[in-house]
Amino acid sequence: MTFHPVILWTDALIYLLIIASIFCVRWAKRQEQLRSAWRQILQSRLAIISLVILVTYAAIGFLDSIHFRATDQNQITSVESVFDYLVSPLGKNDEKTYSAPFATHLYNKDIIILPNGLHLRDFPHLKFVDEEQMNPVDNRTLDIIRHCTLSTLGGIVIWFIICALSIMLAAQRQQQKFLTKLNKIVKEKEGIVWRTVLITVGVIIVLGFNLFDLSHAYHILGTDKVGQDVFYETLKSIRTGLIIGTLTTLITVPFAITFGMLSGYFRGWVDDVIQYVYTTVNSIPDVLLIAAAVLALQIFISNHPEFFSNLVQRADARLLALCIILGLTSWTNLCRLLRGETLKLREQDYVQAAIALGTSRKQILIKHIMPNLMHLVVIALVMDFSGLVLAEAVLTYVGVGVDPTTLSWGNMINAARFELAREPVVWWPLLAAFLFMFPLVICANLFADAVRDALDPRIRKL
Amino acid sequence: MARKHLSKTTLLTLAAILLLTACKGKPWNDPYPAADADANVYYASFSEQPKTLDPAQSYSVDEAVFTAQIYEPPLQYHYLKRPYTLIPLTATEVPKPIFLDANDEELPADTAKKNIVRTVYEIHIQPGINYQPHPAFAKKPDGSYYYHNLSAADLADKKSLADFTQTGTRELVADDYVYEIKRLADPRVQSPIFGFLGKYIQGFTDFNAQLKQNNNVDLRQVPLQGTQVVDKYTYKIIINGYYPQFLYWLAMPFFAPVPWEADAFYQQPGLANSNISLAWYPIGTGAYMLEENNPNRQMVMTRNPNYHKEYYPMEGEPGDLKAGLLTKAGQQLPFIDKFVFTLEKESIPRWNKFLQGYYDQSAISSDSFDQAIKIDSAGSPEITPLIKARNISLQTSVSPGNYYLGFNMLDSIVGRDSERARKLRLAIATAMNYDEYIAIFLNGRGVLAQGPIPPGIFGYREGKEGINPFVYEWNNNNQIQRKSLDEAKQLLKEAGYPNGRDLTTDEALLLNFDVMSGGTADDQAFYSWMRKEFNQLGIQLQIRDTQYSRFQEKLRNGQAQIFMWGWQADYPDPENFLFLLYGPNGEVKYGGENATNYQNDQYDALFKKMRNLPNGEARQHIIDQMVAIAWHDSPAVWGFYPQGFLLTQSWVAPTKPNEIANNTLKFLSIDPKLRAELRDSWNQPILWPLTVVVLIILAGLLPIFYYYWRRQHRPVRDNNK
Amino acid sequence: MIAYLIRRLLYLIPVLIGVNLLTFALYFIVNSPEDIARAQLGGKHIDQSVVQDWEDQHGYNKPLFYNNKETGIAALTDTLFVKKSLILFTFNFGVSDSGRNISHDVSQRMWPSIYIAIPTLIIGLLVNITFAMLLAFFRQTYVDLSGVLFCIIMMSISGLFYIISGQYFIGKVLQLVPISGFEGGFSAFKFVILPVVVGVIGGIGAGTRWYRTIFLEEMGKDYIRTARAKGLAESRVLFKHVLKNAMIPIVTGVVVIIPSLFLGSLIMESFFGIPGLGSYTIDAIRQQDFAIVRAMVFLGTILYCIGLIMTDIAYTIVDPRVRLQ
Repeated sequence: MTFHPVILWTDALIYLLIIASIFCVRWAKRQEQLRSAWRQILQSRLAIISLVILVTYAAIGFLDSIHFRATDQNQITSVESVFDYLVSPLGKNDEKTYSAPFATHLYNKDIIILPNGLHLRDFPHLKFVDEEQMNPVDNRTLDIIRHCTLSTLGGIVIWFIICALSIMLAAQRQQQKFLTKLNKIVKEKEGIVWRTVLITVGVIIVLGFNLFDLSHAYHILGTDKVGQDVFYETLKSIRTGLIIGTLTTLITVPFAITFGMLSGYFRGWVDDVIQYVYTTVNSIPDVLLIAAAVLALQIFISNHPEFFSNLVQRADARLLALCIILGLTSWTNLCRLLRGETLKLREQDYVQAAIALGTSRKQILIKHIMPNLMHLVVIALVMDFSGLVLAEAVLTYVGVGVDPTTLSWGNMINAARFELAREPVVWWPLLAAFLFMFPLVICANLFADAVRDALDPRIRKL
Repeated sequence: MARKHLSKTTLLTLAAILLLTACKGKPWNDPYPAADADANVYYASFSEQPKTLDPAQSYSVDEAVFTAQIYEPPLQYHYLKRPYTLIPLTATEVPKPIFLDANDEELPADTAKKNIVRTVYEIHIQPGINYQPHPAFAKKPDGSYYYHNLSAADLADKKSLADFTQTGTRELVADDYVYEIKRLADPRVQSPIFGFLGKYIQGFTDFNAQLKQNNNVDLRQVPLQGTQVVDKYTYKIIINGYYPQFLYWLAMPFFAPVPWEADAFYQQPGLANSNISLAWYPIGTGAYMLEENNPNRQMVMTRNPNYHKEYYPMEGEPGDLKAGLLTKAGQQLPFIDKFVFTLEKESIPRWNKFLQGYYDQSAISSDSFDQAIKIDSAGSPEITPLIKARNISLQTSVSPGNYYLGFNMLDSIVGRDSERARKLRLAIATAMNYDEYIAIFLNGRGVLAQGPIPPGIFGYREGKEGINPFVYEWNNNNQIQRKSLDEAKQLLKEAGYPNGRDLTTDEALLLNFDVMSGGTADDQAFYSWMRKEFNQLGIQLQIRDTQYSRFQEKLRNGQAQIFMWGWQADYPDPENFLFLLYGPNGEVKYGGENATNYQNDQYDALFKKMRNLPNGEARQHIIDQMVAIAWHDSPAVWGFYPQGFLLTQSWVAPTKPNEIANNTLKFLSIDPKLRAELRDSWNQPILWPLTVVVLIILAGLLPIFYYYWRRQHRPVRDNNK
Repeated sequence: MIAYLIRRLLYLIPVLIGVNLLTFALYFIVNSPEDIARAQLGGKHIDQSVVQDWEDQHGYNKPLFYNNKETGIAALTDTLFVKKSLILFTFNFGVSDSGRNISHDVSQRMWPSIYIAIPTLIIGLLVNITFAMLLAFFRQTYVDLSGVLFCIIMMSISGLFYIISGQYFIGKVLQLVPISGFEGGFSAFKFVILPVVVGVIGGIGAGTRWYRTIFLEEMGKDYIRTARAKGLAESRVLFKHVLKNAMIPIVTGVVVIIPSLFLGSLIMESFFGIPGLGSYTIDAIRQQDFAIVRAMVFLGTILYCIGLIMTDIAYTIVDPRVRLQ
């Protein structure tokens, strides 16, 4: 096996986003206003739990964004991600077609050829479950319990080690005794952060261990039409959801800041032009504009196959295009907000003083105005995220979402429309999409709420 | 106070629930007007909006459901007989060809085919057939037309055809048939078969060019060489050369009559703005006429009061009597008063409404609708208990079409004449597991294809002698079996690609699969399945999916490499399938339907011979030879023949699926009483969960009322502190 | 005020031209008339000359912006841009690629959309405001906290889940209403219930939360303190003062969306088989019928702009302090 790194467009942007956010955090650390806001966020238990869960999602998404090309002896190459590698053989354990969660047999009857050459019509055994299963699967419940117990125990042990290590480190840094620190954390004497984080991490680790272990013995969320593991699909969908949620805003922000600031600061014809542009874009109903743009792009992509050498790249290009289009349609609101704020800031004494002192416009905009807009930007970023993740599903249903070959919750829900019309009903792909989408969206919402409460000056006054 | 209020609400709710449960009887979920519950109305659904009902333009099955009932071409297929047999519809008999030489001298019927320069079909139609009532025919007492000179003021209140209150009718004459054939060549109409017929009907393309020069001409004034009116009830069509399959075209709505009054009426300015056009309001002589045309919601056809006398066939195939198909023999058609087609885009509601009894048949063969049933390769259907309990019957039929994985024979890797490429193609053919495809993507609703000709068409061979010996073998259990993957690998090795590695370049073999993206969620599953199949051989498959129009362009330009394609027969003749591999029908060079661009001199010579032969021993022999050549050269992997499923409710009289003819609605009959009873018993509303929900909500409100009460009775203080 | 309105209406023109140019560019630059023709004509036996005829008949045989075969003004007007795009300004939407008159279809399909949209809006408003008042009344108690959490949970569920499960339980399992379909007039009632219920439930989360914020903001103001200090009962404060004053942002927020109701809901309509403008648009998108999409974008833009102007007017009515100049 040889490996060559592959960087897709969205990967590159994700890396860029991570680097940018590291810089932002370092910058924010120096801002007293933002630091106090941060402290306020950390006072909410829900916000902390949400943050930990979001970080877990982000970690999966990130691992899934490091791609490489693996070539084996037979010269068969495939583009995979680190995540694929870590969870394998999950994702490569294809069955023939549908099977229910934790099933040992296919969902539909089929002809089975017995060793003696006779044909029998029955539910065939699953290939993958048979392979891994040591004891007869008739005792499935027992087997599941055994798996769960073992992995829960394992998870708890790991969690203890992590707790001990982190507390030890913290104790050392603050030059306290281990036990003192432990006591403080358990009794929440230094705020609620530590204990909440550790407990959440514990729950996630135990859950993760269970899922990981079980997913290697069963299809814990069943398989889809061509026998792909639904659990794997929904995990892969995390990256798609995150990319749409984050890259879109990454594209939005520079537009919104530049145009908002310029229009608010210079007024006059600059303001007129920018206002005209955003009124125009804003007055087209969102879905229609997105549909129009996506259709156009889709045709462009399919007319120019030479730009995209393979399916992965093309799907990636379409995902990126979707982000760009979503970004281009959603910058207007933030822009209007920033323009209004800039108009206000411009009249502030310190800005007027800077103008009087002859500071260059660039300096004023970057040094004096931009930092005071950042809280609005942060609020907009976190508030938009969950909406975008949900929007993907709807757009995919309309037919202008991600590429049909991209694993995404939208595609899963879309497929469920047909699956629910089957008899007997195939319900698990829909459930899987729901189970993984819901925590992400709700955590994003809860966290966004906390951020807004902390940053929004209007709410802070209340 | 709060408590008093609460008890009042509870009482009210309880009363409401009692009231609701009391009025048991008619179902609540009936999507149709209650008045029609017992009427002799047939309910069906359609999923694709028809684009046009103009008989010269419409070419899709979705539209044929309507056009075939309304328009009557001279011929039709026998409802019960198999193989499909042509019988007269409005004609008095199936016309016999008259052969002419270059000087228009008549040749004897048994003349050598190569001497024939032209063929003439003379068609006599029955007298006394009348058109459906239509405003275009309405005449004032003085003989002038009511609606042929409409002013803007007349149009002000005309939003649909029903707003024209006067109607009339007229007898069908030979002129109307000729008029429609002229319309097929009219550039204003853009008939999809214009290019095809141009090759056959005498003077067809010239006629088109002539019309292009002077627009807005009355078609009656311009003569078309290829069709002539002989007398009031007779017309003839003149064909270049010899084309015996032409008769089949005479059973399609393309050759149905269109009265000149239709154009005179519809082409008045302003009507098109209300979508009043021939494309949306057909005028026909058929058993049914379109009463309501709202492709956005529903299409309603009612019995044509002027319908000529036609009777249910007296005889059929041997099993038909037992199947109850002859109980109505000799009775006058049609039986049902009205057909209501409702637009149903989503599969979930469509399926559920069928189960609830609101659709009478699930005639649509779309993938999602009849997923309740699976047919295994042994042919035994498996039906869910609910369907069994509701006594819904199932019929299957193989439709005259095929789906295949084509290789572009002009391509440098998979195509050309080399033995290497042939072995590569055979290796792929052996590895592609279409059994699995049928099971996964079609729910078993397909038959494994061996060659181009599907069952039910002359030339198809069943069983052992029909299998493709290069890909399949006949196993000990007397069953067909795909050759093993090892044999495919061996072939690949012989082709110079051991394990998918190209020995000349020492790189992995990369092939391209050109496909049109349906934009559905199934796409992804299909692509990964395709890649899996090729991966078995170590071949990497790159999916190049494009929009439909782009895909066609690739086929036309020969840029495709491997592609999935299918063919739905125009008529039940092997010629219509074997021409898919006929060299001079190549898509790239000649713009024909041979998408693989396969060219084999021997095959082509046999094709020319086979084309003109009548069905029989000699023809079968030649077809066998041709199919054997195709098997050897393997220009395509023959995938499957699609199968139609028909689920029928118990109140519908037995029907026979007919995959070629579409004008079968006139043979249907139902028992509306039984339907009304069953619908009522299946659809009683279940109310208790609703009660439970209401109670839970009330229970949830209780503590709030309590809170409220406490709050009202405590000392005032500022809550913000 | 009339001068102001006229100015606003005039401002609409450049905006609409911008929209027009944008959609035109999006479609025609990437999609050639031949693509459109072939997509509409289907696949069997299609001849190049038929494609040509189709283009001629549907007016697609023209250059995009400049026609050098014509002279004078016709060089600019006899182009696709003018004939297919600018012509929308005359509200002549032309013929869809599949051959139907778009204006006629729009005028017919508008009504089913309204049948669904207006009840959803009104009932949704009532339900949301009631819940929001309840939460505001119990602010900073567990009722409020759990209410907000409930709202967030409701918000975090994709709308598609509400539709699918609503159809499954109410339509299929309980058999209370037809699963899909539509009819005009009074019989519309039984078809409308399910989409409206699903629409209202789907909107509870976001709506309640939004109105709650408005109420809380209003309750933080000084005059409310005064009212309370005066000894008014909390419920009276809430209904008499808070609700009345909160109506300003609520009404203006609602007015802006009223014209857009005509456009219907894309997803709801196609799931429930309602022949409204929403499903019209979605079908057009799926079939890539650009003529319809273009017309709908144009219509949507106009309706949105009308909504904005109506909001301005609504402001002056509900809040006499505002004067339009």
